[in-house]
Amino acid sequence: MSVFITTLLVFLVFIIIYQIGKASEYASVMRGEENIKFKTNRAIAWILVAFFFLGLYGIWECNEIFKDRMLPVAACENGVKYDNMFFVTLAVTGIVFFATQAVLFWFAYRYQATPSRKTTFFAHSNKLEILWTTIPAIAMAILVAIGLKNWANVTSDAPADATVVEVVGKQFNWLVRYPGKDNELGKRDFRKISDANNILGLDWKDPHNMDDIISQKGELHMVVNKAVKLLIGSRDVIHDVGLSHFRVKMDAVPGITTTLWLKPTITTEEMKQKTGNPDFVYEISCDQMCGKGHYSMRGTVIVETQAQYDAWMAAQQTYYAENNAPSAPTAANMAAPKPASDTTPKAAVKP
Amino acid sequence: MNHAEIIIDGHNVAHHAAAEHHDHEHHEQHFIWKYIFSQDHKMISKQFLITGIIWAIIGALMSVFFRLQLGFPDSTFPIMEKFLGDWAKGGKLTPEFYYALITMHGTILVFFVLTAGLSGTFANLLIPYQIGARDMASPFMNMLSYWFFFAASIIMLVSLFVETGPASGGWTTYPPLSALKEASIGSGIGMDLWLMGMALFVVSSLLGGLNYIATILNMRTKGMTMTRMPLTIWALFFTAVLGVLSFPVLFSGVVLLIFDRNFGTSFYLSEIFIGGKALPHIGGSAILYQHLFWFLGHPEVYIIMLPGMGMASEILATHSRKPIFGYFAMIISLVGITLLAFLVWAHHMFVTGMSPFLGSIFVLLTLLIAVPSAVKVFNWLTTMWRGNIRFNPPMLFAIGFVSLFISGGLTGLFLGNSALDIHLHDTYFVVAHFHIVMGVSAFFGMFAGIYHWFPKMFGRFMNNTLGYIHFFVTIAGAYLIFWPMHYEGIAGMPRRYYDFSAWESFKHFQGINAFISIISIIVFFAQLLFVVNFFASIFKGRKLTTQNPWGSTTLEWTTPINPGHGNWPGEIPEVYRWPYDYKDDGNGGDFISQTTPLRPGEESH
Ligand code: HEM
Ligand SMILES: [Cu+2]
Ligand SMILES: [Cu+2]
Repeated sequence: MSVFITTLLVFLVFIIIYQIGKASEYASVMRGEENIKFKTNRAIAWILVAFFFLGLYGIWECNEIFKDRMLPVAACENGVKYDNMFFVTLAVTGIVFFATQAVLFWFAYRYQATPSRKTTFFAHSNKLEILWTTIPAIAMAILVAIGLKNWANVTSDAPADATVVEVVGKQFNWLVRYPGKDNELGKRDFRKISDANNILGLDWKDPHNMDDIISQKGELHMVVNKAVKLLIGSRDVIHDVGLSHFRVKMDAVPGITTTLWLKPTITTEEMKQKTGNPDFVYEISCDQMCGKGHYSMRGTVIVETQAQYDAWMAAQQTYYAENNAPSAPTAANMAAPKPASDTTPKAAVKP
Repeated sequence: MNHAEIIIDGHNVAHHAAAEHHDHEHHEQHFIWKYIFSQDHKMISKQFLITGIIWAIIGALMSVFFRLQLGFPDSTFPIMEKFLGDWAKGGKLTPEFYYALITMHGTILVFFVLTAGLSGTFANLLIPYQIGARDMASPFMNMLSYWFFFAASIIMLVSLFVETGPASGGWTTYPPLSALKEASIGSGIGMDLWLMGMALFVVSSLLGGLNYIATILNMRTKGMTMTRMPLTIWALFFTAVLGVLSFPVLFSGVVLLIFDRNFGTSFYLSEIFIGGKALPHIGGSAILYQHLFWFLGHPEVYIIMLPGMGMASEILATHSRKPIFGYFAMIISLVGITLLAFLVWAHHMFVTGMSPFLGSIFVLLTLLIAVPSAVKVFNWLTTMWRGNIRFNPPMLFAIGFVSLFISGGLTGLFLGNSALDIHLHDTYFVVAHFHIVMGVSAFFGMFAGIYHWFPKMFGRFMNNTLGYIHFFVTIAGAYLIFWPMHYEGIAGMPRRYYDFSAWESFKHFQGINAFISIISIIVFFAQLLFVVNFFASIFKGRKLTTQNPWGSTTLEWTTPINPGHGNWPGEIPEVYRWPYDYKDDGNGGDFISQTTPLRPGEESH
C-alpha cells in the first residue's frame, strides 16, 4: 500500500512539474517577443560554459579526493613499467580530452544563434581530413608500439630460476599449491578430487605429490626479488587471479592451465611502512564473475625475505600428511580421512 | 515569418510548407490493425519506442536497487522488500539477487533498450521517410520483427519471476557458470528463459535488419542516390549490416549453450568438479563461448553506437544551420568502423590465456578503430564551427553525445592496449568506459532523436523546459557517476562485487560509492521526468502548425503533419540534391530542401 502511495505521489509531483513547464512555455509563446527566444538561447549557452568550467573544477576536486586512495607504487618490476606506460597514455588522451571538449563548448558558446549571424557554408576540406586522419594514426602507432613492447615483456617466458606455484580457484576461495622439497608439482586429475581429503585431486601415484603443500586459506607466499611463476587453474567455473598491486591478472579456466609470472620487489612489511597502513596486505581478488560468493573470493600475497619464506615453508605440513596421518597434531587437518569410501589415497600409499 | 522563432519552437519559413494536405486515409482501419498488428512503419516504430521505454524504466529501477546495496551495504531499505519480496528480505538484497539484477540490467539495456528500442524505433521511422518510400520492403516481416521482440520481452520478463530467479552470471553469461545449475541458482530455469529470450531476440533483429537493408538498397525514391542519403540512413544501414552478420554467431553460441545445459554435450565444458562430484565432460572449451559471444558482442556495441552517430550528425547539422562537415569522410569512417568492428572482438579476452601474439594483433586492430572514431569527432566539431546554433533539447543532447563519445572513446585506448588492460580488465574502469561511451552516449543519441523527431511521430512538440532540465541533470549526473569510477578501476576495484567491506584494498571507496549511488537515484528521477514529458506530450504537447518545424532539408518533413499509411498523399517527391544544403536559398531562407531542383548555375554537392 505504502509503495502504491509513494508511486502515486511521485507521479503527481511529475505531473505538476510538467504543468509548470508547459505553462512557462505557453507564456513565452503568447508574449511572442522575439528576443525572449534569443534570451533562452543565450542563457543555455552560458549554462553550457558554466558546465564546462564546473566540470574542470570537478575533475580537479576528484583528483584531490582520490589522490590518497589510489594503489601504492607497483610492487614488481613489470608493474613499474606498467605505471609509466599508463601515464604516457594518460598524457596523450588527456591532451586530446581537454582540447576537444574545450573546442566543443567554445564553439557552442561562440556560434550560438543570434538574429544577425551568418553561417559559413563549409562542407569539406581534404586538407583537414587528411590532417586529422594522420595525426591520430601516428598517435595510435606510438601507443601500440609502447604497448606491444610491454606486452611482450609481461607475457614472456618466466626466468628459468622462477619458483613455480600453482593457484587454483574454486567457488569461492583460492587454493595455493607449493611444490615442496622436490621443487616439482605432481600430477592432478579432476576425477580424483574429493572435498574431504583431496581438494585438488592429487594423483597419489605420482611421487612428486607426496611433498606438495596446499594453502587452503589462499596464501601466496613469495620471496622478494625472486621471480615467481603461477600456474593457474580452476576446479569449477572461470575465476580470475587479480593482483592489482602487481598490475596483472589472469583468468583461471577449467580445463586449461594459464600462467603468469612476476618478480616482486617490495615486501609486505616494507609496503606497510610505505603506505603508513599497519593493516596493509596484498590481496588476490577474483576478477571474473563466478557466482554468488564472487565478491568474497579473497586470497592474500605475502612477499617476504628468503629467510622468512623458508621459515614459513618449514612450518607447513604436506597435504598428504595432513590427510593421511591421523596422529599428526595439526589443526589444519579438519577432515579426518574417511575409511573405505574413498579409495584413492589408500591406493596411493606406496608411491 | 520571423527568424527568431526557429530557435525554440522552430516554426519555419519553408516556402513549400504552406500547403496543408488533407488526410489521405480513405477508410477507418480497425483498432487492432491500426495500433496492434500494424504493418505501418510509423506505428511499428512507436511500438518499439514505447516497449523500449518500458524496458528502460525497469532496467534503470534495477540499477537503483543494486546501487543502494553498493552505496549503503550496512543499511536496510524496507521499500525494496515491497518490490522484490524474499529477494530483499528485511530490506537488504541477497547476493544471489544482486547478481541477478546486474545481469538483467545489462541484458535489458544493451539488447532490449539500446538495440531493439533504438534501432527498432529509428530505423523504422526514418528509413522509409528519409529515402522516400511508402513503407518497408516487407511490412509484414517488419511487423513480425516487432512481435518476435515482444515475445522475447515476455520471456525475459517472466524469467524475473521464477522461483530461482533470473539469469545471474552477468550479461555476457560465460559458461561454465551459466551452463551448470550447480554453479548458481540463476543458472536454473532463469538461464533457460534467458537463452530462449535471446534466441527470439536474434530472430527479431535479423528480420528487422534484413528488411532495413533491402529497403535502403531498393526503395529509394527517384533521385535519391546512395550519396544523397542522409547520414542517419547510412548509419542505420551499417547498423543493420553489423547485426545481420554478427547476431547469427551469437545465436550459434546460445544454441551450443542450450545443448550443454540440457543434452549433455561438452562444447564449453571440461574437467569440472562441482556440487561434490566430477562431471563427465571432457574436451570442451569455456573460451570458445567467449569467442562466439564477443564476435557478436563487439559489433553489438557499434550496433548501439551507430544510430546515435547518424542522428547526431543529422541534428548537429540541422540545428547549426550548416552542412555536415566531410559527408564522404563520415561515410568512409562508418565503413571503417563497420569493418574493424568485426576484427577486434578478442580485446575482451586479453587475459583468458590466449596466445600473446594473437593478443598483439588485436591490440593493433583495436587501436586502429580509434582513427575513424576520431575523424567523426573532428567532423562534428567542424560542423558547429561558424554555425548559427539553436540550443533546443535535440541539439543539446547531440552536443552531449559528442562530449560523452570523446570521453568514453579515449578510455578505450587504455583498454585496447593489452599491456594496460592486463590490470584494468574487469575493474570499474571498464564499467566507466562502456557506460560513458555506450550507455550514456548512445542514450544521448537516442534522446536527441526522440526530441527531434517527436514532432514527426506525434504531430506535437515535447516540452522544452522539461527537456532542458532533463538534459542538464542527466549530463552532469552521468559525469558525476562515471568519472569517479575510472579512479576506482585504476585502483583495481573489481566490477560485479556485492560488497567491498572485507577488502583492505577497496573498502576505503565506500564514501565514494555512496555518493555515486545518490547521484544515480537523482538521475533516475530525471529520466522519469522525461518519461512523463514524453507521454504527456503525446496528448497535451503543443501542436505543430507547419510541416517542417526545424527547417530541415530531408524528406520526412515534406510529409503532412499527421501522414497516413503511405506517407505522402500524392506522388513521392523526387530528390535533386544532397541532404545538407543549409545555405541561402535566395529567398531569405537558410536551407534548401532535397526536393528543390538545382538552380541554374548551381553546382551539386
Ligand atoms: C576508441 C574506441 C574503443 C576502444 C579502443 C575500446 C576498447 C575496449 C576494450 C579493450 C574493452 C575490454 C575491456 C576489458 O573488458 O578489459 C572494452 C570494453 C567495452 N567497450 Fe569499448 N572500446 C572503444 C569504444 C567503445 C564503444 C564506441 C562502445 C560502445 C558503443 C564500447 C563498448 C564497450 C563495452 C560494452 C565494453 C564492456 C563489455 C563487458 O565486459 O561487459 N567501446 N572496450
Ligand atoms: Cu569470482
Ligand atoms: Cu569491444
